[in-house]
Amino acid sequence: MYSKDGVDYFIVDAHVALWDARPANQRNVHGKQFIDCFYDYHRNLSPASELWSYEEYLYQGGERLMKDLFTDGCVDHAVFQPARLGEFYVNGFGQTEEAFALASAHPDKLTYNHYFDPRDGERGLDRLREDAERMHLKGVKLYTADWHGDSRGYKLSDPWTYRYLEVARELGIRNVHVHKGPTIRPLDRDAFDVADVDHVATDFTDMNFVVEHCGLPRLEDFCWIATQEPNVHAGLAVAIPFMHTRPRYFAQIIGELLYWLDENRIQFSSDYALWTPKWLIETFVDFQIPQDMTEYAPLTVDQKKKILGLNAAAMYDIAVPEHLQVANPPALAQPQAVAVA
Amino acid sequence: MTATTERAGARVLARTDVTAALGGVVDPELDEPITDLGFVRSVDLGPEGAVEVHLRLPTSFCSPNFAYLMASDAKDALSALPGAGCVVVELDDHHDSDLINAGLAADAGYRGTFRHEALDSLDELRATFRRKAHTAAAERCLTALLRARPQLREEDLGEVVLADLPDDGTTAALRRRRTALGLPDEPGAPVLLDDDGHRVPREQVPLRVRRARSVRISVDGNAHFCRGLLRTRYPGSGADQAPRAEGAGPVPVQLLTTRPHDTTEASA
Repeated sequence: MYSKDGVDYFIVDAHVALWDARPANQRNVHGKQFIDCFYDYHRNLSPASELWSYEEYLYQGGERLMKDLFTDGCVDHAVFQPARLGEFYVNGFGQTEEAFALASAHPDKLTYNHYFDPRDGERGLDRLREDAERMHLKGVKLYTADWHGDSRGYKLSDPWTYRYLEVARELGIRNVHVHKGPTIRPLDRDAFDVADVDHVATDFTDMNFVVEHCGLPRLEDFCWIATQEPNVHAGLAVAIPFMHTRPRYFAQIIGELLYWLDENRIQFSSDYALWTPKWLIETFVDFQIPQDMTEYAPLTVDQKKKILGLNAAAMYDIAVPEHLQVANPPALAQPQAVAVA
Repeated sequence: MTATTERAGARVLARTDVTAALGGVVDPELDEPITDLGFVRSVDLGPEGAVEVHLRLPTSFCSPNFAYLMASDAKDALSALPGAGCVVVELDDHHDSDLINAGLAADAGYRGTFRHEALDSLDELRATFRRKAHTAAAERCLTALLRARPQLREEDLGEVVLADLPDDGTTAALRRRRTALGLPDEPGAPVLLDDDGHRVPREQVPLRVRRARSVRISVDGNAHFCRGLLRTRYPGSGADQAPRAEGAGPVPVQLLTTRPHDTTEASA
């Protein structure tokens, strides 16, 4: 819980990772390139006081994660969203067993989401069934630009992805976190395009699709799809640190999201360990749309409460103490889609 | 003939010509010349019109299709220079550097470079981002007009024509993109157009403007982030970047003086 000016906020960090990018786990140069890219994001968007050394950044471990999120970070509950990256890292990037064990030891604080890869075929479907049973999965994280043999990406609209989503639905997995990356086949198209999210959101209306980075770098395409699909949500990972370096840009992002989606479909994410949650929460609670941006309404306290935790809590059935709830909770609110001619 | 060849062979390309040629190469996503973005890492001129150019990008994981487009456009632009000899363009420090550089060296083209990952061409990708660049340019003009004329309403913006715009850089930028796309650019042409270049029906104008705004925010936001990442990745590269000509947005003067973050980007 975070408190400021007599207001208490229930905090859910909807996107965290326990990664291992140390040299011993790097399979090839791409493992180093990948974590270096993350570290440049970290260096570019963090306040000076929050900068980590490169060594700290390579691996944190469970103890450090618990401290950064819950002891220092004011987070009430966090959701693991792991990326496999098996072609870049010997034991993968997200540390499945370590994270799952941590979540099992702290079920009140951590939810473990896993991943699947539709290119794993039938065997992967069996694996998904086993994983769902063992890990009690409520959600999965899908990185569509993950490399896999000769393939460097897939689409949600691929027939095999549909088979996986159908099985996931049978297994009680309701929440699909979609992370777009730079590669896809064919390379003729824009890999960041979120049009495939539109297809699956239409065909799996009983599932939620949380698009991470709120579709960045294609905010416009994402907003256009999300406004028409009430089961499409925005994750603020990578977008929210712009509050520090480019507050006017962030004001436009959050203003656009509130216009095209609504206050019930936006989720706070630190993207730990890309960034730590504490400064992001503090800055967001203090954040306001600049007065000259008359095209956007000011952010209300209830909107901030929903974004910082109540929306994700509703999606993951996380119990929220009554005094921290708002008058119009997200689970009861109807999505307000913009009428599209 | 022999003497002419020898004289030509002794010739070295003019650096200004090389820079001008590279200045015509645009990052399709960010809608800016690679020279302004600081993406040109080095230019080396040799005898007999030889030139070797190295490009750099903000991350190893910038999209390979856009990376290839910029690198191959650079090679084409340099090869077209009168007196050009052996032209080498290499992309440094990218996850697909080996693949792309081999393809460029062999003039293998898009499909020859990416083989099974390439279907047809990158023409559609390029066209998509030219359209986005045009949409963003039109929104910049209309939003500036809205701020300059408080009585103007969003639903009236469909009536605004090019002749109503001030004679400034923002308008000139829109006209350039009109020309590039073959869209109407006569004084009486509407500023707001639909995807096919036609006037937008009045009832659809506000939604169209809002969509255009999201495109502009996206393009400008990406441009600023990519520029910052390049400076983080390559210390000192900021000196090679020109200020972004468009898309800084109408920032009120009082905010510039009271909110230092508005113009500050992390440079660590």
